[in-house]
Amino acid sequence: MAESALLRVCNLNTEFIIPDKGPARALEDVSFEVHPGETLGLVGESGCGKTTALMSILRLLPSNARISGQVFFKDVDLFGLSEKQMRAYRWRELAIVFQGAMNALNPVMRVGEQIREAITLHGLMSSSEAEMRVGELLELVGIPKERGAQYPFQYSGGMRQRAMIAMALACSPSVLFADEPTTALDVMVQAQVLELLNDIQQRLGLAIVLVTHDLGVVAEMCDTVVVMYGGKVAEYGPVDVIFNDPQHPYTQKLLESFPDLNEPTDPSTDSRQVLASIPGAPPRLTEIPPGCRFEPRCHVRIEKCKTESPPLMDVGENHLAACHLLK
Amino acid sequence: MPDSPLLIVENLVKHFPLNSSLLDLLLRREPDVVRAVDGVSFSLARGEVLAIVGESGCGKTTIARTLIGLEEETDGTILFGGQRIGTHERRLRAGLIPLEAGAVGTREQQTLPRMSLKHLRQHAQMIFQDPYESLNPRATIFEIVAEPLVVHGLLRKREERIARVKSALEDAGLRPAEDYFLRYPHELSGGQRQRVVIAGAMVLEPELLIADEPVSMLDVSIRAEILNLLKELQKKRGVGIVFITHDLGTVAYFADRLAVMYLGRIVESGPTAEVLRNPQHPYTKALLSVVPVPNPRLRRERIILQGETPNPLNLPGGCRFHPRCPVAVAACKQSDPAYIRVAEGHETACLLVQPA
Repeated sequence: MAESALLRVCNLNTEFIIPDKGPARALEDVSFEVHPGETLGLVGESGCGKTTALMSILRLLPSNARISGQVFFKDVDLFGLSEKQMRAYRWRELAIVFQGAMNALNPVMRVGEQIREAITLHGLMSSSEAEMRVGELLELVGIPKERGAQYPFQYSGGMRQRAMIAMALACSPSVLFADEPTTALDVMVQAQVLELLNDIQQRLGLAIVLVTHDLGVVAEMCDTVVVMYGGKVAEYGPVDVIFNDPQHPYTQKLLESFPDLNEPTDPSTDSRQVLASIPGAPPRLTEIPPGCRFEPRCHVRIEKCKTESPPLMDVGENHLAACHLLK
Repeated sequence: MPDSPLLIVENLVKHFPLNSSLLDLLLRREPDVVRAVDGVSFSLARGEVLAIVGESGCGKTTIARTLIGLEEETDGTILFGGQRIGTHERRLRAGLIPLEAGAVGTREQQTLPRMSLKHLRQHAQMIFQDPYESLNPRATIFEIVAEPLVVHGLLRKREERIARVKSALEDAGLRPAEDYFLRYPHELSGGQRQRVVIAGAMVLEPELLIADEPVSMLDVSIRAEILNLLKELQKKRGVGIVFITHDLGTVAYFADRLAVMYLGRIVESGPTAEVLRNPQHPYTKALLSVVPVPNPRLRRERIILQGETPNPLNLPGGCRFHPRCPVAVAACKQSDPAYIRVAEGHETACLLVQPA
């Protein structure tokens, strides 16, 4: 399995140096693999390090970040490259649809122009070829190519998101990172964008890394899931196992707190179940508890959880979880 | 009157006129209007939760704002506790109506309609979507929660006021309340802020709560807490809730009745469980099919409507859903469907649905 992986993240550690305070440990020993044509979901609450993981892999973090660990793309260690060499990988092999893509477009530049810029900056083709390519890309994401001459404000939210996806696909990458691609969108537009991502993946054979906090989206889209909590991997496994046989207490609670449309409550019986919730808030990254990071909010914690951080353990085929209660 | 509904809305219409040019004025053209809400009727019993569901731009927030008097309705009646509370009635009571158009009246007359709005808001409160922007950053939590009491001149005695604020905060799950009195909003997390917003709304002990997407800005694990809190308040206090959302998953858990809106109209309404189990309108069916289900074994065929909600400036003729409807027939272009009763309390507006 290790040979066929397209992207291998090994023991990724990221911390931010904050003046007058200790370092904020945003990521600790995060490891996962992405295979060609696979969709991997990175799930967790705000502030659990999902976006930091993406930015670390692409080396797009601000200068106060310290990264260690290794990221292999087809056996090339991305952290060993110079900034100039890295540029050959960024966008050509590893492209990203940024969070809040709705506002990530340049408001005073025509959409087609912005996509062409991504192509010509990498010097892949002449400007007339690039023009053709922009048309192709827009059609690929379902935007009539004439609308490339319009400005972002003339686009609806869903169309802007499509344009961002077209831009990410400009240099035919092999891995597409999508950071909360549907968060600000309506359910129907969300369904359209997810269908588009699925369709593109099938046509181009891309690997997709999908960052989201919406478990429903993960269940619909992903093959493999990484559940993150407080900067660490809490559970890692195939989507079916994560949803139907979760091992980590955090994953279990998170799934219970998600309202399910298939089980509407019946007002006539009034035996309404109370939706499970997780009291408390995720740990501050500057004050990480010494033991398990989920311990203060955990409903099944034991004495050991306070002092010792649990390692990731094998709990089944390709299924890992970090909890002291698992054998 | 325990049996009369708390809120009755009949044929509510809200049109926003667009700016017309000087030429339009000279030619006396009718100004273009955005038909945000175009004939909506519903009622809410005491202690009931009604969810209004739809995509952005379907008019659900406009309904909320009109109910609480933040917008003036164009037409229709709103009865709250048996009393008409529409803008027209407020103006009539204030003696504003007989005056010439454009003239505003005496100072006394100007202030009167505000008085009745104030009266309304003592009994009907609203919770807004974004807890990061709906709290005054320079006021302490005590000041924020006590402000409605100050505005309405209630509980003038210091001890009473403190006791009421304390119980409102504790009911909203902020315990011990004294710890929060002197803190500022920026010291609190998103979930705690939304609790403060709820405490501020509940401090007047209203009969009606209008919640506009109260959890859409919050993390999944915190959403559940806020929903449980609202439900508890509804049970304990018997407060009626109009719950506005685009998330059908939350509705299934939370609401007694459900109204699905499309382009300013309710296309289907009924008891939540009944509508979810037996949706009739093609729009409801499509909306339900695209809600992501948190179980990979249940991936289903999705009905994805192409395009987006049309501009409410030029509504399509006939049934307003026909351009996007997957099952539309020729007749849908011609006639606007009336409501058809499908089951007890379950109504829908579609030409293809057979009445029960």
